[in-house]
Amino acid sequence: MRFLRRFFIRLSNFATGQSADQRLQDEIAEHLAFQTEENMRAGMSPAEARRQAALKLGAAQAIREGHHAEQSIPFIENLLFDLKYAVRMLRRSPGFSFIAIATMALGVGATTAIYSVIDATLLHPLPYPNPSQLVLIQANLPGVGAHDIGLSIPELRDLQNSGIFQYVSLCFFGTDTLTGSGQPTRLAGKSVSPGYFAVLGVDAQLGRTFDPHDATPGFNNEVVISDGLWKRALGADPHIVGKTLRVDNDPALVVGVMPASFRDQGQTSEQVSTELWAATGFSDDPPPLRGSRTPYETIARLQPGLSPEAAQGRLDALVASLKKQYPADYPPQGAWTIHLTPLAETLVGNVRQSLILLFGAVGLVLLISSVNVANLLLARASARGREMAVRQAFGAARMRLIRQLLSESLLLFVLGGITGFAVLFCARKFLLQFVPESLPRLNDISIRWGVLAFAIVVSVAAGTIFGLAPAWLTSRLNLTATLRQEGRGSNGSRQRSRLRHVLVIGELALSLVLMVAAGLLLRSFWDLFRVQLGFNPSRVMAIESSLPNPNDPKTDIYHTATQESVFLREALRRIRTLPGVEETAVSDRQAIPLGHGQNDRRMIPLVREGEEGQSSQPPLIDTSIVSPEYFHVLGMSLARGRLFVDRDLEATPLVAVINQAAARTYWPNQDPVGKRVRMLGRLGRARPDSTTIVGVIADAHTESLADAGIPQMYLDIYQRPAKFLAFYLRGQIDPAAISAQVRTQIQAVDPELPVFHAETLDDVLSSSLSVRRFSMEMVALFAATALLLAGLGIYGTISFLVNEQSREIAIRLALGAQRSNILRMVLRQGLGLAAAGAGVGLAGALIVSHLMAGLLYGVSPYDLSTFAGVTAVLTAVAIAASYIPALRAMRLDPITTLHSE
Amino acid sequence: MPLFLLGNLNVELPMKEKPDVLQGTLALMVLKTLDVLGPQHGYGIARRIEQISGDILALNQGTLYPLLLKLENEGSIASQWGASENNRRARFYRLTATGRKQLQAETRDWKQTAAIIARFFEVKAEDLP
Repeated sequence: MRFLRRFFIRLSNFATGQSADQRLQDEIAEHLAFQTEENMRAGMSPAEARRQAALKLGAAQAIREGHHAEQSIPFIENLLFDLKYAVRMLRRSPGFSFIAIATMALGVGATTAIYSVIDATLLHPLPYPNPSQLVLIQANLPGVGAHDIGLSIPELRDLQNSGIFQYVSLCFFGTDTLTGSGQPTRLAGKSVSPGYFAVLGVDAQLGRTFDPHDATPGFNNEVVISDGLWKRALGADPHIVGKTLRVDNDPALVVGVMPASFRDQGQTSEQVSTELWAATGFSDDPPPLRGSRTPYETIARLQPGLSPEAAQGRLDALVASLKKQYPADYPPQGAWTIHLTPLAETLVGNVRQSLILLFGAVGLVLLISSVNVANLLLARASARGREMAVRQAFGAARMRLIRQLLSESLLLFVLGGITGFAVLFCARKFLLQFVPESLPRLNDISIRWGVLAFAIVVSVAAGTIFGLAPAWLTSRLNLTATLRQEGRGSNGSRQRSRLRHVLVIGELALSLVLMVAAGLLLRSFWDLFRVQLGFNPSRVMAIESSLPNPNDPKTDIYHTATQESVFLREALRRIRTLPGVEETAVSDRQAIPLGHGQNDRRMIPLVREGEEGQSSQPPLIDTSIVSPEYFHVLGMSLARGRLFVDRDLEATPLVAVINQAAARTYWPNQDPVGKRVRMLGRLGRARPDSTTIVGVIADAHTESLADAGIPQMYLDIYQRPAKFLAFYLRGQIDPAAISAQVRTQIQAVDPELPVFHAETLDDVLSSSLSVRRFSMEMVALFAATALLLAGLGIYGTISFLVNEQSREIAIRLALGAQRSNILRMVLRQGLGLAAAGAGVGLAGALIVSHLMAGLLYGVSPYDLSTFAGVTAVLTAVAIAASYIPALRAMRLDPITTLHSE
Repeated sequence: MPLFLLGNLNVELPMKEKPDVLQGTLALMVLKTLDVLGPQHGYGIARRIEQISGDILALNQGTLYPLLLKLENEGSIASQWGASENNRRARFYRLTATGRKQLQAETRDWKQTAAIIARFFEVKAEDLP
């Protein structure tokens, strides 16, 4: 209580600036008068009495300080005083302050920008309550090399009843077509089991989400829609709940609208912005088999307090007991396992590495800019040696000086940080354009308070770390020597210049590391860009459409391949008449070269005839459904056998074409043409008809730019219907007009079909490189910045050296040294620094390039030419930066220099 | 500071120890003085402490003032300007109700501590069971 009272009185005195000094002065005067009187009464002379009184009182100044410290709060007072002084110092040398603040603004701004991306993607990938409870469930058969085979309905029920999870839900991403009002709209939609929203833990803003205990078999016709869809397509109708929409020709009862802030979970930005969720149950008639697995993704919410590791342990036990219970369904050679992965880890898997690389790169830029500012501070320290000496002579303690210098550097760093943040904040819209769209949670990237806090924390940390050493060295000086030198630069500068050298070497080393990283990425990107594709994307456009996929086959007018082929042939005929179109083809959307993510592949079990019984789990093969013209439009070449022809129809024997990689993998040393495979539909209902392989096409980079050797199988669209279609047009096409023209033609055949996503294959190609391009460009930008900063750093250091040695140089010149020798002497110093920096940097670059090997393509992480080229560039920059001060040294006039000293 | 004024290394050690003793007890002395004498100015308090402690405590009178301010901030004492016995203007300090309570409590504590310490000094080896 008393302590608090005292504190508040001091605080208010401090705040109001109230001083008790006058009162103390008066009291002391009185005190001295009393004492003097008494002394005189004791028989002293007046002068002696006063002297004794003063002695007895003690040092008046110390008392005043003590009294003042009691009156106010000296710590904060000093801090404010330091800050005030720091602001004055800042304004006194505006050039210095500007450079320091701009450098820090660059460093902190760049770091904060990357942090804001990471904040949205890596740190908060799941904007749901208790996100750490969310897991992805994957079943694997490591024994036969099959991964993520899906779960069957009985397995799912086992999981639900295991007690490990609060809720388990299946989901399947696809597109739906909303019809009924205006243009048919194609939506990003998800089929989910009723527990989906319970797993995520999010409720509807209007109406309700699905009842997790709803056990309606099949689709229950309930849908939940997004806030965006509700506002855009349904006019934000407040009575929407209970109304029926038409989705893929099915009636869909709207039960709820999700909040505007809700974002779905998913690996692509398309999935994240899902707008329609349809509830799916599972038919019990016929009873689902343990062995027929669904293609759905399974997510679940763990019981509270259960760690993923502990849950995995209990799950392993469950798997073991299930294997014992159903030995026929889980043959030992498959080694069936179920694996849990924290959902957050799976969502950003493919960009995580790139983002971490970027964060590392930007961290290096921050480090370099901090080092640069520290270097500037050190340079200024020599100019302020005298000031420090005078202050010390007047009795300032060293700690006090350090505190003051530290507040100056902190002010610089924090101002720089705030400036960087402000620039970032103002330019955020502009900068976001450069972030590739494929980045998940792109829309969630925002400059929030957390980001501001990050910027400030980073600046304060950098200011403390990089301000401390200069402050320490600045305040450490030999008083008499400095004062005697009369400002000729100070003697205590040896340590400072050693530190400056270390800093510049560090800067050079860091920028070399960044440049090597950038160089390697650039090489990989270039190699990818120039890769022999194996198909020809130029002058080809792809336009997507999708056929309705109603739950009741009787309402599906495109149920069989024959039904669908009527539509396809007519649509293709009409599209061919469009201006500029030379050739057309159609496929399912999985066949768009490089046009989809890994998770959007159709993987089909490949059962080779004659090997049916050998393993319970056949390998999965990436499969596309295409029309006969597809290969020609895309310029893919046939290696053996034949392609699809017009006489391959639903009624004729099923045929397939594979690529060379598939031939190598599944029929090694055999001719696959004429071999037969059995296609098991993944839901176990497709015809297990045998399909004959009729042709082998050359490998092409249709799946991945980095890998041409992914086994592929192509089926004929006139034999196997596909719902999600892509039309290809080759020719002189006007990309702006074509979308509307194709829409007119397709809707002339069926007005209920949506037409969307017109893209040239060149664009598809380049957007498939977007994340790589983004990280390459960013790292290159950071490397250039680093190089610039390092150049400035070495320039500053050499200039300083020349200044410091000007007397020595003048004497040498006066004694007859050749000017070219002086030039060489200075350049040698610059080169020495560069060599040391390059040496340290190369070692660091080797480590970094080893770490980023996974991001490289076609170039070794220890690529000699990159390392050599980067070292050469760095050396050239170092020489160029030393050349200007070297010239100045060479042109020094010995007489003026020596006189001025 | 005192060391400065004395300028003599020989007295430095005892002088250094004295403030330690004073720090804890000077406040108590001030409170007790005000309790016994009633309102008093700084000089009076200093004189009184010196008189009572004799030559053992060479009080650096000036240090009293920051302490007085501290006690005032804590609410144990209050002060106002007034006229001294010889008609000088002086600042008079008096004990507040809080200060009186504090004094009682600290006196009790002090006596207890002193008694315990005293007992420790009285005990001899043969007294132990």
